[in-house]
Amino acid sequence: MQIASVEEKWAGVVKEVTIGATKEEGGTREKVVTIGGAKCIPFMDFDGNQGNRPVIAMDVYDVPPEDWSEPLLKNYRDVVNDAAGWAKKCVEEYGADLICLKLDGTHPDKGNKSSDDAVKTVKSVLEAVKVPLIIWGCENDEKDNEVLPKVSEAAAGERCLLGGATQENYKTITAVCLADGHNLITQAPVDINIGKQVNILVTDLGFPLDRIVMFQTTGALGYGIEYCYSIHERGRIAALSGDGQMATPVICDVGHEAWRAKEAKATDEEAPQWGSFAERGIMWETITATTLLQSGVDIIRMYHPQAVSIVKDHIDQLSGKGS
Amino acid sequence: MISIGERINGMFTDVKNAIKNKDATVVQELAKQQTEAGATYLDINVGTEAADQLDAMKWLVEVTQEAVKTPIAIDSQKLDVIKAGLEVVKNEVMINSAQGDPETLDTYMQLAKQHNAALICLTMNKEGIPQDVDNRVAIAMTIVEKATEHGMDMDKIFIDPILLTVNVDQKQPAYMLEVFSQIKLLSDPPPHITVGLSNFSQGTKEKSLLNRTFLTMAIAAGMDTALMDVLDTDLMDAAICSEMILNKQIYSDSFLKAARQ
Repeated sequence: MQIASVEEKWAGVVKEVTIGATKEEGGTREKVVTIGGAKCIPFMDFDGNQGNRPVIAMDVYDVPPEDWSEPLLKNYRDVVNDAAGWAKKCVEEYGADLICLKLDGTHPDKGNKSSDDAVKTVKSVLEAVKVPLIIWGCENDEKDNEVLPKVSEAAAGERCLLGGATQENYKTITAVCLADGHNLITQAPVDINIGKQVNILVTDLGFPLDRIVMFQTTGALGYGIEYCYSIHERGRIAALSGDGQMATPVICDVGHEAWRAKEAKATDEEAPQWGSFAERGIMWETITATTLLQSGVDIIRMYHPQAVSIVKDHIDQLSGKGS
Repeated sequence: MISIGERINGMFTDVKNAIKNKDATVVQELAKQQTEAGATYLDINVGTEAADQLDAMKWLVEVTQEAVKTPIAIDSQKLDVIKAGLEVVKNEVMINSAQGDPETLDTYMQLAKQHNAALICLTMNKEGIPQDVDNRVAIAMTIVEKATEHGMDMDKIFIDPILLTVNVDQKQPAYMLEVFSQIKLLSDPPPHITVGLSNFSQGTKEKSLLNRTFLTMAIAAGMDTALMDVLDTDLMDAAICSEMILNKQIYSDSFLKAARQ
């Protein structure tokens, strides 16, 4: 009996975006990362080329985290006051493909660090590690518009990935990314229509589509992951069906979202019936990441080294490279 | 949707004169305007008055592809005129059109395969144009069977159930919608469904409105391509809206602009 082929034919392709620039390219990175390029839905390699392997960016903050639970904090206690050392540890010990430097400390309510402070932090991280850098503002529009232009200029030529442009606030960051040769994160609040709209708005300013990475505010396992999953999935299918404005790689924020879940924070005494406190958060982060991988994501921002290791192994296995 | 720009046709006076005087500018301007308006293909038809139709077809194809890279649909009822166009065409091409008799389909499908061309097949045969649903679908079935026999990719087959003018027989538009729905079920993946849209409103006073109203209804019933006036912005916008409403494009506030890019 002949078995009908389930192979899907896709007309579109997700654009490739390269983050980081080597010395020859005008930067100082020893390694660059190229994401995107998928011609089929994730891990269905019989349908076509899966494109570049999804990568892990580990988060580094310019201020010590206030609310991290012990199983997470214990991995970083020695570096939480030193973004450069923190980044170095993530790359050298924990195998981060990229560093996502989050400038939360510049937020008016979280320390209100100056743009000069932010520039110093960015420079120190660029010196400490040789992988590409994602630089993310504090998500206060006014402060980001003050800080990000200076940070962008300080990292000019490094082809970083800067975030994020929103529907309400996209002009300044788009202009500086364009001027300084960086890639850009376009951001939407779990809304595919706004996600597409922001891409249209920034490309209208002349920003090339092949330097955009989309971000839909991530929901962790138990906290809206299904909305996020279905948006990623729909966006990816639209991209593969030929919707050019959706044909950009996608980043998701797993570490932060998973570790603020009560399941990751409740101690053994508080929730004895939930299983080991030491492992719960790691599993929460891992399951959130592996679930979203199936929806079509290209960069996963993560926190815990053990979760990173499991997810990397999982990607290898799904890509047919693992044991 | 796949739109086939209809303006390079010798039935229009400007094109007829351009052919007569070998005035490439008129043709090239129409090619550029239609491309800019979003045409997927540019239909080229020499009309009926050209002294040498073969020569006229070659010239039209050559001057069009000098101006734009848009794929061309070579439109003639005569096989030798189509062959003349195919001789000089450089880019992706469509043949418009073959009738639905088995022998005719054999000839045209062999030709299409030889040139890796898409092929419009009409649901009419030696007995004429069927006036009902069943006979149109029966010819469409013959077309699909022949395409399978010839190993043609269904993506290259465009079935045209022949849209008649609305004021001639008002039962026909509803029949057409039924035909579209049934053709979509003939194979998986289904063939494309196309019509000559402007024919719908010939001789009426509300051409643009009638064309775009039928277009939106037809898209909802499964039609996905049309030979049409791509320079009619309202018509093109109606097509974009219809596809967005059917979830073929993700909505954004600037969805018209995004679809036009």
